[in-house]
Amino acid sequence: MEKEQDKILNEVTSGEYKYGFYTDIDNESIPKGLSEDVIRVISAKKEEPEWMLEFRLKAYEAWKKKKMPEWAHLKIPEINYQDIVYYSAPRQKAKLDSLDEVDPELLETFEKLGIPLEEQKRLTGVAVDAVMDSVSVKTTFQENLAEMGIIFCSFSEAVREHPDLVKKYMGSVVPYTDNYFAALNSAVFSDGSFCYIPKGVKCPMELSTYFRINAANTGQFERTLIVAEDDSYVSYLEGCTAPQRDENQLHAAIVEIVAEKNAEVKYSTVQNWYPGNKEGKGGVYNFVTKRGICRGDNAKISWAQVETGSAITWKYPSCILKGDNSSGEFYSVAVTNNHQQADTGTKMMHIGKNTRSIIVSKGISAGLSQNSYRGLVKVLKNASNARNFSQCDSLLLGDKCGAHTFPYVEVGNQTSVVEHEATTSKIGEDQIFYCNQRGISTEDAIGLIVNGYAKEVLNKLPMEFAVEAQKLLQISLEGSVG
Amino acid sequence: MLQIENLKVEIEGKEILKGISLNVKKGEIHAIMGPNGSGKSTLAAVLAGKEFGEITNGKITYMGKDLMDMEPEDRSKEGIFLGFQYPIEIPGVSMVNFMRTALNEHRKYRGEEAMSSSDFLKLMREKKELVKIESGLTSRSVNEGFSGGEKKRNEIFQMAMLEPRLAILDETDSGLDIDALRIVANGVNQLKTAENSTIVITHYQRLLDYIVPDFVHVLYDGKIVKSGDKSLALELEDKGYDWIKKDVESVSYE
Repeated sequence: MEKEQDKILNEVTSGEYKYGFYTDIDNESIPKGLSEDVIRVISAKKEEPEWMLEFRLKAYEAWKKKKMPEWAHLKIPEINYQDIVYYSAPRQKAKLDSLDEVDPELLETFEKLGIPLEEQKRLTGVAVDAVMDSVSVKTTFQENLAEMGIIFCSFSEAVREHPDLVKKYMGSVVPYTDNYFAALNSAVFSDGSFCYIPKGVKCPMELSTYFRINAANTGQFERTLIVAEDDSYVSYLEGCTAPQRDENQLHAAIVEIVAEKNAEVKYSTVQNWYPGNKEGKGGVYNFVTKRGICRGDNAKISWAQVETGSAITWKYPSCILKGDNSSGEFYSVAVTNNHQQADTGTKMMHIGKNTRSIIVSKGISAGLSQNSYRGLVKVLKNASNARNFSQCDSLLLGDKCGAHTFPYVEVGNQTSVVEHEATTSKIGEDQIFYCNQRGISTEDAIGLIVNGYAKEVLNKLPMEFAVEAQKLLQISLEGSVG
Repeated sequence: MLQIENLKVEIEGKEILKGISLNVKKGEIHAIMGPNGSGKSTLAAVLAGKEFGEITNGKITYMGKDLMDMEPEDRSKEGIFLGFQYPIEIPGVSMVNFMRTALNEHRKYRGEEAMSSSDFLKLMREKKELVKIESGLTSRSVNEGFSGGEKKRNEIFQMAMLEPRLAILDETDSGLDIDALRIVANGVNQLKTAENSTIVITHYQRLLDYIVPDFVHVLYDGKIVKSGDKSLALELEDKGYDWIKKDVESVSYE
């Protein structure tokens, strides 16, 4: 029995990270360290207006007064914030008129990651903003979208071209005082994506941002802002990878979503930052604040995430359901293997009447990893007839990993209904053997079982992404079976 | 097709199989009978390649190859099928997906291309007919929430899909009412050809009314103590296992 268990464990815990390469490209970096001067340098490099610099400096002041959150079920080694490079950009011409001017090395990097930036090569239906280290490299299909009034561009471009919109919405969902990492991001954020869907427009293609950390010792601090006006719709995708390195790298991002009356925003993430090696060396610290607000009545925000990467994940994509009849959804698969740690979940704040939320969380733990679900469902006094359904499942592979569930429920009225279901299961060696006996290898059996388990969430992803995510799940768990 | 020579297996230091020899030729049906705890299921599991216990002695040759060198999935792809006594539930994995993965693994092994969806569904429909399995059953998760009878029928359905050379049916009759027993036996008989072989493991004689064996072996205390034709099963039914026990014990006193 022991032997078989060990074999399966070994097999599934020796998966390899396939995006660990590094692109040797001419970089413009500033020296390590964080100070007011560094923030001024970043702002100057990005040729930002005064109000943006002020925002950053206020955030920096706020950050200095804050402490790292310690309530999560995570062991986070001490981070030396003076040992991080806060700005690094592939050196290329400041403004690109066409793709021909993008460094071929950069194009090749994204090509290798499966993200071709040449529009004719792209499947129609997905527009991409490619971000490497601190800057956006290229945004595709911008012109086509602009014809419909949709703005899809890098955050820096938005600051330059659409300052009023940025000023109005930036920090309105996640204020810089929100938490330690949000304050840090607000002070030093480099780039990210901005997306604006005007009234009544249904965005005809998936919008996506692909984040790539490349340079060593560099932190990545991007922010994304999505604004959906009345009666609009957009589906947004986010993907991320990083090279394989022995040092830990910090990623502290902010995503803000604003959905006005009758608007719907779907936000899907496939997070595959480098998770560290089998001994737990290296890997990305993924400390992210994601939040959306349904400001108008009948608005809807839906988060779907597949989290397979990062050494440590601290992330709670949340919904503030302010408009009456608005709804929020959170579908998550979080895989941890080897020494990875994840503390992830969501917050659903019911403020409006008849607001609804659904939470489906599927944790998968293998190796020596720790995987926690942490979720808050809060129904305020005036949110009459609110409904929530939460389902939190944990799947364990082997007996050296941990799965934990921390649900918090606060209901402030008598008319609301909140339901919570939780299960924990194991992939049994009997299940593996049953598959083996039908001709299915252990590796494929685990893939089959894990994908079956995560199906409910994978179904929520856009088609193309779901296929990728399925493969990714298997890669994260499978080993080099002979 | 299958030769087992003086096979001894220990589990946690206790000898469960104490020297089994068996020769199964192409086209034959063998029945292995015996009381509970005699080692029947252990034998079936060892043949399928479940890793438990230790083979301390003996040799198993299948189609001219040493079976002990083969991984369980390769044994399957070489045509060994085990009908489980207690079929395993796999939540979230639909029967369709499961069976399609399995079948295509078999095809890949034989150097054939994966089967198209429409051909696969057609094949499934045909084979479902054979075991009178409800069509809704295959869209559910593998064995999840199936009744005892449904699970057993599902085993025979999978056997029909994979068309094994050597089928080992471990207590396929246990927990079946007479109608279900007939359906299952009928399925097995229809799949029988001159090219394939079957080992039927059972506690009771009644299954052998429907699946008629060429040979009957009685397994007792880890050894085959008696072999004969189908009449042995009837004799056993008549006299009970105590008869064998007495017989064996009196031999050992001599």
